[in-house]
Formats: sequence, C-alpha cells, structure tokens
Amino acid sequence: MGTLRIMIAKPGLDGHDRGARVLARFLRDSGFEVIYTGCHQTPEQIVRAALQEDVDVVGLSCLSGAHRYLFPRVVKLLGEKGAGDIVVIGGGIIPEEDFVFLSDAGIRAVFTPGTPLEDIAAWIRTHVTRNGKESASVE
Amino acid sequence: MDIDKDTRNRVARFKKQWEDEVRQAGGGEAEKEGRWTTVSDMPVKLLYDLEDIKDMDYARDVGYPGQYPFLRGNQATGYRGRLWTIRMFSGFGTAGDTNRRWKKLLAEGETGLSAAFDYPTLMGYDTDSPIARGECGKCGVAIDTLDDYLELVAGIPLDRITTSMTINPPATVLWAMYCAAAELTGVSLEEIGGTIQNDMLKEFIAQKTLMCPPEPSVKLISDTIEFGTRYVPRWNTVSISGYHIREAGATAVQELAFTLRDGIEYVDDVITRKGLDVDAFAPRLSFFFNSHIDFFEEVAKMRAARRMWASIMKNRFSAKDPRSMWMRFHTQTAGCSLTAQQPYNNVVRTACEALAAVLGGTQSLHTNSLDEVWCLPSDHAVEIALRTQQIIADETGVARTIDPLAGSCYVETLTNDIEEKAWEYIRLIDDMGGMRVAIEAGYPQREIAEAAYRFQRQVEKCDKIMVGVNKYVTSEKIDIPVLDIDEQVEEVQLGRLKAVKNRRSDRDVGRALNDLKKACLAGDNVMPLCIDAVKSRATVQEICDVYREVYGEYRDQGIY
Repeated sequence: MGTLRIMIAKPGLDGHDRGARVLARFLRDSGFEVIYTGCHQTPEQIVRAALQEDVDVVGLSCLSGAHRYLFPRVVKLLGEKGAGDIVVIGGGIIPEEDFVFLSDAGIRAVFTPGTPLEDIAAWIRTHVTRNGKESASVE
Repeated sequence: MDIDKDTRNRVARFKKQWEDEVRQAGGGEAEKEGRWTTVSDMPVKLLYDLEDIKDMDYARDVGYPGQYPFLRGNQATGYRGRLWTIRMFSGFGTAGDTNRRWKKLLAEGETGLSAAFDYPTLMGYDTDSPIARGECGKCGVAIDTLDDYLELVAGIPLDRITTSMTINPPATVLWAMYCAAAELTGVSLEEIGGTIQNDMLKEFIAQKTLMCPPEPSVKLISDTIEFGTRYVPRWNTVSISGYHIREAGATAVQELAFTLRDGIEYVDDVITRKGLDVDAFAPRLSFFFNSHIDFFEEVAKMRAARRMWASIMKNRFSAKDPRSMWMRFHTQTAGCSLTAQQPYNNVVRTACEALAAVLGGTQSLHTNSLDEVWCLPSDHAVEIALRTQQIIADETGVARTIDPLAGSCYVETLTNDIEEKAWEYIRLIDDMGGMRVAIEAGYPQREIAEAAYRFQRQVEKCDKIMVGVNKYVTSEKIDIPVLDIDEQVEEVQLGRLKAVKNRRSDRDVGRALNDLKKACLAGDNVMPLCIDAVKSRATVQEICDVYREVYGEYRDQGIY
C-alpha cells in the first residue's frame, strides 16, 4: 500500500486559510503526501488539480458560508470526470444543520473548529486506502 | 530607571528573603523553562523588579503623553480629552440590510461606522460573476455599483459620522463611491472623515484578498494617499494592519514588526513616487492591531508600537511634525482566540481583550460578538459586544488616567523586549531589500505559518490552554441563535445589478473605463477617474478588470 495523497483545497473567495495551512503541514509531518492549492480556487480548478495529482482525498476548507454551494459542486464534478472514488471531506465554519445536507451531497466527513489534527489524520487512515478505494478496514 | 545605591542596598535584603522563600516553595518548578511563556512564547519571570528596568531613562524612553516618543499616548489629555471611538465592524446581506443594522448600532451608542463587505466585493468581483456564486452577502454587504452604496449610507450624516471601510484591492473603487455619495448628498470632500484599510502588503502576507501584484498594488495605495493629502484632508487613506497577520497565526512580535515594516514601505513609496514631503501625508497614516488574549503582552505591544513608529518617523524619515510621529490605531479583539465550544465564554475573552486594548491606548475599538465563530454577529450578540465597551468606558474607571500600567516593572520590561525583537525583524527585512522582496520570497508568510503550526501543536499537547477546547471540555450541545443570511439575497442583488446595467448609459461607462485605463497606463493618479467611473455606474468588477488588465493578476502562493 503506497502513501496516501491528500489535496487540501480552498474553494471560493474565502481567504481564511490558517486551518487549511496548519492541517496541510500536520498531514505532511504525519507521513502523507500533501498538495495545498492556496486560496481562491474554483471547483473546476480543484477537480483538475485533483486528477492531475492523482490524489486519494480532497479536503475542502471554507469559512465564508459558501460551503453549501461549493462543496457539493466539487463532488459532482469529480463524479462527472469518473473520479467519484476520490474521498471528499470538508472543514471550516459549517453549522450542524448543514451536516446532513453535505453528507447527502457526498461529503464523507465534516470537521469543525476545535477538532484535534490527529482526529482528522486518524479518520483518513481508517477510511481511505491508496488509489481512492474507500474501505472500512485498515489492513 | 535609576535606582540609587541606598535603595538598592535596602531592597537587597528583602529580595534575598523572597528568593529564599521561592526556593523553599519549590521555586525550581515555578521557574521551569518553557512552561511560563506568553501566548506568543515570550518567557515570563516569576517577578519583575526595578533591576529589570534600571537601564531605562524615564525622560528618553517613557516620557509624557503628547510628547516624543509617545509611549504613553499621542494626546496630552488621553481618554479624558477624547474617548476611543466605538466602532463595530458590520455588514451583511444587501445594502438595505446593513443600513438598518448601522442605524440600530448608532442608536445604541456606537460612535463610528465600520463597513464589512462580502467576498465578491472584497476581491473586486460583481455578484453576477461565476466565481462569486454562493458568496453574496455572506461575509459582509454586497456592493456592485454606486446605487448600492447610496442605499448603504442613506440617512447617515456623512459630515458628522466617520466610516471605516475594510477594503483592500478595490479600495480606490469603494472610496470613490464614498466620495461620490458625499458629493451627491451635498457634503464636500473636505468634510468627510473615515478610513479605508487599503493595506495590500498584509493581504499578500496574511488576509489573502488578492488582485494585482505587489508593485502596482503599492502604486494604487500611493495614489490614494496623494489624493487624500490634496483633496480629502480628514481621511485616513491607509490602515496599516497587523490584525490579519495575527489572525493568520503570527506572534505579537511578528504582528508588530511586519506591520511597521509595511508602514515603512508605504512611506518610502509615497516619498519616492509622489515626491511628497513626509509631513504632508504621514499624519493621516493609521494603524490597526489585534488584541489577543495574553493581557500584558498586548498592552506592551501597543505601547511599543507607539514608541517604535515615533522613532521610525523621526529618525528614519526625518519627520518634523509631531503628528507624523503619532501611531494612531484601531483595535479589534482576537477572532482567533474565540472558541466554537461553549460560545458564551467568548464574551469574557472579548472583555479581557478589549480592556487590554484600552490600557494599550487604542483610538478606536471593535469588540467581537460571542457567536462570530459560527456566523456573522446576530443582533443580540452584537449588542453585548457593544455594551462590553460601554461598561469598560463608563463603569470600570480604567480610562480615568493615562497609561496606568506605565512604570510597572513587568509591563515596561515586556514593552522593551517586544520592541527589541521587532527591530530585529525590521532590520532583517531591510537587509532583504524591503517588504515587497520579502513577500515575493515568501518570508513573512513562512514565519507566520511556522508560528501558527507551533501554537496549534501546543494547544494539542495542552502546553497552551483554551478553555472548552483542551480543558474543562463538556459535551453540552451548542445552542445559540445564529444569523442566517437569506439565500434570496443573491437573487435580489442580481436583480439590482441587472437593473442598474439596464438603466445606465453604456457609452458613458465605456468612456469612463477607457479614461481610467489610460491613466493606469500613463502612471497617473487613478482616483479622479475612478470617481468619474463609479458615477457613470461602472461596477466594482468593471473597474477592477481594468486594473487586472493593465497591472496583471496575482495568485496566492499557497505557502504552509
């Protein structure tokens, strides 16, 4: 099993990137291969980069309130490109009321402020294997 | 501060006794390295005494308010002469929504306005731009044309109320709208007062609302400074900001150092590019700091900021006018210190931070609302935040006397230490060739990323405590009322924009944009043409597209 490749992405116009940067650094230090897109990416740019970089996970960060539009759009575009097996997770300022909506739209997990970095890494290790095949086992 | 021999001898006995008691009480533990540091990792001793400040010269290093080096304040009469401006950062939905909130805040005793714009406006895009989808009115008020702006300030006396605008890449456009709105309501440019943030260097470093590359960005800022100096004398044309640098994870020292170095960069540019005398424009430069949770560190940082800027203006730029040496600053309490968990605790954090800002001598203050980790402030939450300032002003008595923490052995030592470390950064960036060079090399961005990561690790190891996050954690369900931005806002705003586009003369707009483009290409001041353009009802994006076309676009480097 190869090293998991994770892309941390900032969709939309939001510039609050502290969480994304800190998480990218932590995942890198934890042994994952990490690509960070920087701010202000359109869903189309994110999907293109995810395919080019052959990632297993896309982590979307949004603190502007536009997640209800942006997150589902990334999942949809990935599906259209035949990359529905890439696991999409999200973080930022996401009200609890939106969790079900995002889950229904294919966002596998949502991490809100105060989540320990290790919990996110652990979730990824548990739920994702190299080449985007989601699995419940960690063998 | 000099201690005479006699005093030192008499004190020595008590000091020795105290040291013995500390040792007996397990003082080794109390002095353990690393454990006793500020939130920015400045080491803190168990006790400070006169020995710590013996090298200070009262006249030279501390002095009196209203006198160089202005450590104790710019004004001889402190807050008795003039209280800080209570200025709540506010904006959401449409111009009409925000206008109603502003009037409510003024009725409740707010003394200055502060505009928050939504992301499309902040980045110089219109609501109908594909990249703006989903963002309209979410993080602030949506402004596309002068008609929106006129509704935003409807019924607000622009000759009496000052307005601060958090706007950076499109600062020329939004300021032009303010100038045009004033004119159309019969108020002259000499009468209006306020601030545009207009500080692009910290955008590259931290806040990341980006448009053009650093070089033309600084040129546009110098244009506004020149225009303000000549025609809008009561306007602060730049608010050199450490706030966002701190929010991105910087330490107090980094916040201070990078902000002052940004200030140096702007002053240099205006002098060389515009040929203005430093005293002609420097009195209108203003600053903006964060007030974080580490109480004394923040007070010390703000005091150091005043002394350092005074020295920079006097010694580096040979300013003669004392007003050029004044570090006048707005403060906002630290959004990043607030927690999503147990949100009512945020009221207490904000109160402590606001108190530090007042003891640090701020001229203007925004207090965050308890729900800002979750949403834009709701009516009720923003009222508590406003009352927090009013309680500090009217009940606690801390504003009665000027700079009450001066002379404290700890506060003076911390002020000196922060200043010394900030100078080190400033010298380093000088040696690199200035802030624009440092930014292109990713230097301040990396320093901040490093500090942010270090802090997060400290929180996770419980080296730094956040109540409700890594200590006193409860599983209580969070139940606070949150402000919902109506999903209809985007539709409403799209309709408004379309109506303006139908109404206006495309020929006038085309001509105005073309004139603006010519000015950009010729290197002329863009402000007069920008005012003409907004009057023709050119949109924020149409004007910014001219800048993008002439100056090029800049993208986030994604440094982590």
